[in-house]
Amino acid sequence: MTQHRIRFTLNGAAVDLTVPAERLLVDLLRDDLGKTGTKDGCSVGVCGLCTVQVDGAPMSACLLLATQIDGAAIRTVEGLASPLQEAFISEGGFQCGICTSGQLMAADALLRVKPKATDAEIRDWQMGNLCRCTGYYGIERAIFKARDER
Amino acid sequence: MRPFDYVEPETLEEALEILAADPDDTVVMAGGTSLVILLKQDLIRPARVLGLRRIAELRAISATDEGLVLGALATHGMLARSPAVRAHAAALASTFAAVATVRIREQATLGGNLAHADPAQDPPVTLLALDGAAVARSRFGERRIPLDTLFTDLFETSLEPGELLLRVELPRLPVAARATYQKFLPATRDDYATVSVAAAVATDARGACTHARIALGGAATVPLRAREAERSLMGRRFDDAAIREAAALAAAATDPIDDLRGSASYKRAMVGVWTERALREVA
Repeated sequence: MTQHRIRFTLNGAAVDLTVPAERLLVDLLRDDLGKTGTKDGCSVGVCGLCTVQVDGAPMSACLLLATQIDGAAIRTVEGLASPLQEAFISEGGFQCGICTSGQLMAADALLRVKPKATDAEIRDWQMGNLCRCTGYYGIERAIFKARDER
Repeated sequence: MRPFDYVEPETLEEALEILAADPDDTVVMAGGTSLVILLKQDLIRPARVLGLRRIAELRAISATDEGLVLGALATHGMLARSPAVRAHAAALASTFAAVATVRIREQATLGGNLAHADPAQDPPVTLLALDGAAVARSRFGERRIPLDTLFTDLFETSLEPGELLLRVELPRLPVAARATYQKFLPATRDDYATVSVAAAVATDARGACTHARIALGGAATVPLRAREAERSLMGRRFDDAAIREAAALAAAATDPIDDLRGSASYKRAMVGVWTERALREVA
């Protein structure tokens, strides 16, 4: 029931607002801030659709209370402008598209800390981002390409 | 989600006061990966959630003369990457790296994992094999809880109302000890283990076993030490016959539950198989 003032950056821009204790980060992003690129899928942290970066680390926005990101730097797909996105297009890294923003935010987080990640490291890292269309080969090719062309 | 109050104290003392004031209606949140799901699914209805995230001292990982000290708020990701954890036992770092997915590992903490007491979890198994003890504090003082007495039943621990789990302490391993964690994942890599086995073993110059720890996950309502299997190895040459006998004793020590990841009898059989594999790994 308590209300909490939280301050954080969203894709580099300062945000200062008040949220009820039970507000989830995914709902804050989608419903309060209109950033609907982050999708809500399984709602239990398994599918990866709601992957956002919290201080650079990929996390499930469906498992975070908004109060937990006070002071953090949040990045969502709306803040991403990277060759990774071009590679997803050229390699057909999506079919229906619902997992795409999560796939991108996860892969981007890896390539930022490990620009030369091996194929195995990329597969292991992306393992928790499910594609219901089973378009994994295209997704994999796209991430490999973005890494190779860096 | 049902409304609740949220409090986020800056110090451990404040946190203990808040918890002591209303222990029955206050739940403690570390990383929140499990707690948020319990809240969302209406499985718990606390009046208030006590967030620990501002208490930075609980995040520390340090090697000491006695061994290794792991702060309750250290995340699985921090522990998997920590040179101190790897130096203590590479199997411990790889245990944390084997939990769920990268997203969960970045958010979920050691203390949350232990206090949640999910019997299918990985870290408790390896920590048991490494003789870990939890340290908890209430307003009345600190208490050391060996991990084999922390877990009392499915999602139940021996933590008292008003107690916070602060850290896990691991003694130094015997010289030349080898440790491993083996996780049986027949479905997907991010799944909970059907069963898992951690082993830590040392042998003397003649090949006789001088130290043996075998711990089992998914084998009962709590993580287990396979003590008879351990005893059967002590003083013996670590050969094929000894490994087979210990694996059979480990399987006999289990009391698994039937669930989506297998029937009780299947899990018991798999504990035998994976104990044998774990022991061959450290032989």
